[in-house]
Amino acid sequence: MDDIMMMDAVERYVNGTMTAGERAVFEDMRRQNTELDQLVVEHQMFLHQLDDYGKMRQAKHWLHGLHQSLLDSGDITESEAATKGVVRQLWVKHRRTIAVAASIAGITAITISGALQVLSPKAVDTNYLQTLSRKVNELDAKSKATDKKVANIIANTTKSPEGSRPLSAGSGFLVDGDGYLITNSHVVAGATTLVVVNKGVEYLAKTVYTDTQNDLAILLINDKDWKKIPTLPYGLRKTAVDLGEEVFTLGYPRNEVVYNRGYMSASSGFNDDTLSIQIAISANPGNSGGPLLDKNGDVIGVLSTRDRQANEVVFGTKSINISRAVQELKKDTAHKSLAIGSINKVKYVDRVQQIKRIQDCVFMVKGY
Amino acid sequence: MRAEDTEKVLLEGLARNDHRASSTIYKENYGLIQAFILQNNGTYDDAKDVFQEAMLVLYEKSKNPNFFLTCQIKTFVYSVSRRIWLKRLQQNHRYAAPNELLEETVAVDDEIEEKEQLDRDFLLMDTAMKSIGEPCRSLLEAYYIQKKHMVDIAADFGYTNADNAKNQKYKCLMRLKKLFFAQYKQNE
Repeated sequence: MDDIMMMDAVERYVNGTMTAGERAVFEDMRRQNTELDQLVVEHQMFLHQLDDYGKMRQAKHWLHGLHQSLLDSGDITESEAATKGVVRQLWVKHRRTIAVAASIAGITAITISGALQVLSPKAVDTNYLQTLSRKVNELDAKSKATDKKVANIIANTTKSPEGSRPLSAGSGFLVDGDGYLITNSHVVAGATTLVVVNKGVEYLAKTVYTDTQNDLAILLINDKDWKKIPTLPYGLRKTAVDLGEEVFTLGYPRNEVVYNRGYMSASSGFNDDTLSIQIAISANPGNSGGPLLDKNGDVIGVLSTRDRQANEVVFGTKSINISRAVQELKKDTAHKSLAIGSINKVKYVDRVQQIKRIQDCVFMVKGY
Repeated sequence: MRAEDTEKVLLEGLARNDHRASSTIYKENYGLIQAFILQNNGTYDDAKDVFQEAMLVLYEKSKNPNFFLTCQIKTFVYSVSRRIWLKRLQQNHRYAAPNELLEETVAVDDEIEEKEQLDRDFLLMDTAMKSIGEPCRSLLEAYYIQKKHMVDIAADFGYTNADNAKNQKYKCLMRLKKLFFAQYKQNE
């Protein structure tokens, strides 16, 4: 039997296109001729390989086409805008250099702080930091009076638990018009009931995410009176903030929204914490959890603590931590639709207009 | 529908090359893998490459009737992609401690091993196929890959009849086989 006939026979044998008679003869031949048997096995294996090869090629081709069509339809993008910013790219590129530099800096810092410790045995501790949430017993008489007045006015509509007084109060701001608010985790710590207030209207909210390390919490307004805001006036800034850039905030150190303005004074926070920033701004208890906004009205961070020992030294959590918190929360299918805006609608209007638009999205957060 | 069921339906769709299911899996997972590759010294092309390889692993798995996923599709695709990319970095001596995303991973050693075997087989055949020359290559591709009928092939290639085309096809197949086994033995 020559090779071609053999191959044809094997192929038909494998395909199952041989007649029963042919098949019987062929099998008989295989049994008698070990060489032929060997060839058949080899050829079968080869055909199998060729078939796998063809299938793999087709699958690769198919995936390639799928990729292209999804790119064209915009379902996937070849950009990292959704996941990280320029800073992140630079960091990735230079992280080794940075690591070396950081370790040198670290050694230096340890040496210096060692020296400082010797010189001033009173070590720096977190007592120097004051979280800017209002404790109720810290409220002065005047604001208690205001509280009372407000309470009287809205006595019939208040959503605060009856007969209880808030444990703490702070600020918070929307990241998604569906009712997702960012605030500090220390503002809501220990609270069983949360009430958020905007323009005197109270809404019940619940904590859906906390990150105590970065002092962040995400709240969700859970109230039938809440009307969704289709688009927020601000987005989350992804690029680095430069020293000296103007920063402003809106918050509730009183029962009324208060505007304050300052500037970015250091790109790291207390004790060189690189996840936070230092802002020179006047802030008071109650400002905690409020947004830090740049001159265009984009969120650059969350106001969190101030240095008790120095005036106008306030620390804020960087906006990258907000995106991370949001990404984390989105993993929960119940919050899958959560989306931070990135379109700024107040860039080209003056500050007064910016505030008018933004204050609708800044809330007083009260924990009971 | 429960989340596991949705995933099961998606996998069944993938196995059938169903466009909707495949697109859904693709677009729900691509971004994450792209982010991982980009954060680990890769380019967009690398991201696409690695993701498609991981999809191929999932595809092969989904076609096996005895297969069921013990984790989320996302976790599986991420784990496979991660391994493929880290290995590639290592081979190019660019390996550094990976920049991890905060994603869960599962052990995929068996899948990776299986995939590497498939890759080797593919490469062997591909090299052989590329070195046999024309018209053998097109002839074999038409019959064994595109599964065209011999009569159509004869007409397309200009053979006077299907038997002649068939004879030619076997001659080509013999050459391919020789090339394939020559390499195969070299590799052993």
